[in-house]
Amino acid sequence: MSFLSHLISGISLGSIYAIIALGYTMVYGIAKMLNFAHGDVIMVGAYACFFMVSRYEIPAVVGVLSAVVICTLLGIIIERLAYKPLRSATSLAVLITAIGISYFLQNAAQLLWTSNPKVFNSLMGDGSVKLFDGRLSISVTAIVTIVVCVIIMLALTWFTGRTKMGKAMRACSEDKGAAQLMGINVNFTISMTFAIGSALAAIAGVLLCSAYPILTPTTGSMPGIKAFTAAVFGGIGSIPGALLGGVLLGIIEIFGKAYISTQLSDAIVFVVLIVVLLVKPTGLLGKQVQEKV
Amino acid sequence: MLKVNDINVFYGAIHAVKQVSLEVTEGEIVTLIGANGAGKSTTLQTISGLLRSRTGSISFMDANIGAMAPHKIVERGLAQVPEGRRVFLRMTVRENLEMGAYTQKSNGISADLERAFTLFPRLKERHKQIAGTLSGGEQQMLAMGRALMSHPKLLMLDEPSMGLAPILVEQIFSTIVEMNRDGTTILLVEQNAQMALSVASRAYVLETGNIVMQGDAHELAGNEEVKKAYLGG
Ligand SMILES: Nc1ncnc2c1ncn2[C@@H]1O[C@H](COP(=O)(O)OP(=O)(O)OP(=O)(O)O)[C@@H](O)[C@H]1O
Ligand SMILES: [Mg+2]
Repeated sequence: MSFLSHLISGISLGSIYAIIALGYTMVYGIAKMLNFAHGDVIMVGAYACFFMVSRYEIPAVVGVLSAVVICTLLGIIIERLAYKPLRSATSLAVLITAIGISYFLQNAAQLLWTSNPKVFNSLMGDGSVKLFDGRLSISVTAIVTIVVCVIIMLALTWFTGRTKMGKAMRACSEDKGAAQLMGINVNFTISMTFAIGSALAAIAGVLLCSAYPILTPTTGSMPGIKAFTAAVFGGIGSIPGALLGGVLLGIIEIFGKAYISTQLSDAIVFVVLIVVLLVKPTGLLGKQVQEKV
Repeated sequence: MLKVNDINVFYGAIHAVKQVSLEVTEGEIVTLIGANGAGKSTTLQTISGLLRSRTGSISFMDANIGAMAPHKIVERGLAQVPEGRRVFLRMTVRENLEMGAYTQKSNGISADLERAFTLFPRLKERHKQIAGTLSGGEQQMLAMGRALMSHPKLLMLDEPSMGLAPILVEQIFSTIVEMNRDGTTILLVEQNAQMALSVASRAYVLETGNIVMQGDAHELAGNEEVKKAYLGG
């Protein structure tokens, strides 16, 4: 029974990684850049929700929606001010800028909200569902997390496969020059991708802090790095890859903690990543990317 | 309809297009011929707004498009089928055509799809197929059908015959003539000078970034220098 219980915690944690990884992978797919500030957008979303719900006692739904709106705007602003001017710069310059933005957000959070940890009360309460005569207990938070992840995946699959904007994003991620010749506004499309990724980051922030309730200015960085790993693991640029990578990573981490060693669990995650990349450099579901000049 | 006036385009220190001027009048087929590296594609990319000229001006239907964003230029009715087709390889044939119609209202798309399928029946059979699995000729048809979806007033084609078997080249060229008869003005870039001169009314010859000759397509086809350099003697 403890195996099942660990498996469910793993899938639940992995769902959070998957939602974050979607942001990395979509932005990479279209802008061919690693947005290292993505993890810190999660933190901003969590603070936004924390203040509204725990401090000002605004209804949880409104709190989450406001966090989503705030992060969406933040993502658009970061792209506009920091990354757009670097569209034709070297990838190293873009990477350093992204790391700079990451530190900027962390420091700004420290100034605004201090580094004292805030205790985030799960929006889903602390209830749980008992199965098998109470031998298996699953928290409502875990269930909601998994369900939200499934809904997001279905929505994104519909969006990229069926809507005009979603198809334009796929076209831009394949060939920006050709996309422009179709009359697609590439800058706007990139901006929308950042908006979606950041909106998902806000949701991930709320889910993360509902499961792990300590909120500090660096809350987003470790999950951010792991979700980035998950995106690479699944195949960067691939949406199903982000889901697969995220969920596997969550399961490996929880099983590593439970059966091998609590201290080594993060190391195990990265060992698995390295092994996968040695065998399949494009990640589990990654496509061979042909860079066009 | 299109007036290109004294443009100079650079790639870093490389001066690829030098003081080029050309003009296309409504209803015409005009061709721009020249050897590898002459600057033909660079000229088309500059007209489409993907590259910028340091000097001169480009106007289309009396609007200055020299500094306009590429997607705005397409909205005005100037489309391009780029060199090497550049279809979206991971999208289906139908999705590629839909992307061509990006600037159009969605309620007119099904009629436009039918028009593209009538022009290229092969695409209809394969509308669900991933474009990356099409043959080179089919990809060229897709690229042309896709560009037509935006209802261009002027269509620029960059080496549509590249890498195709002679029979397909014939077919592509007759489609170009057909599109022109239906009211689309054409600016055709080609290395296959013989074919290009046979369908065009006027021609420009580009050599290492300079326009060295221009005039009536028939006359140029009979010109000794042109024959020697581009028509195999
Ligand atoms: N991205 C680039 N960077 C640097 N130089 C370039 C680039 N693209 C083209 N050039 C150079 O500019 C010149 C003109 O190239 P362009 O592609 O316009 O020629 P073209 O006439 O279309 O040739 P082709 O018939 O081979 O397609 C060439 O000397 C080429 O080497
Ligand atoms: Mg060329």
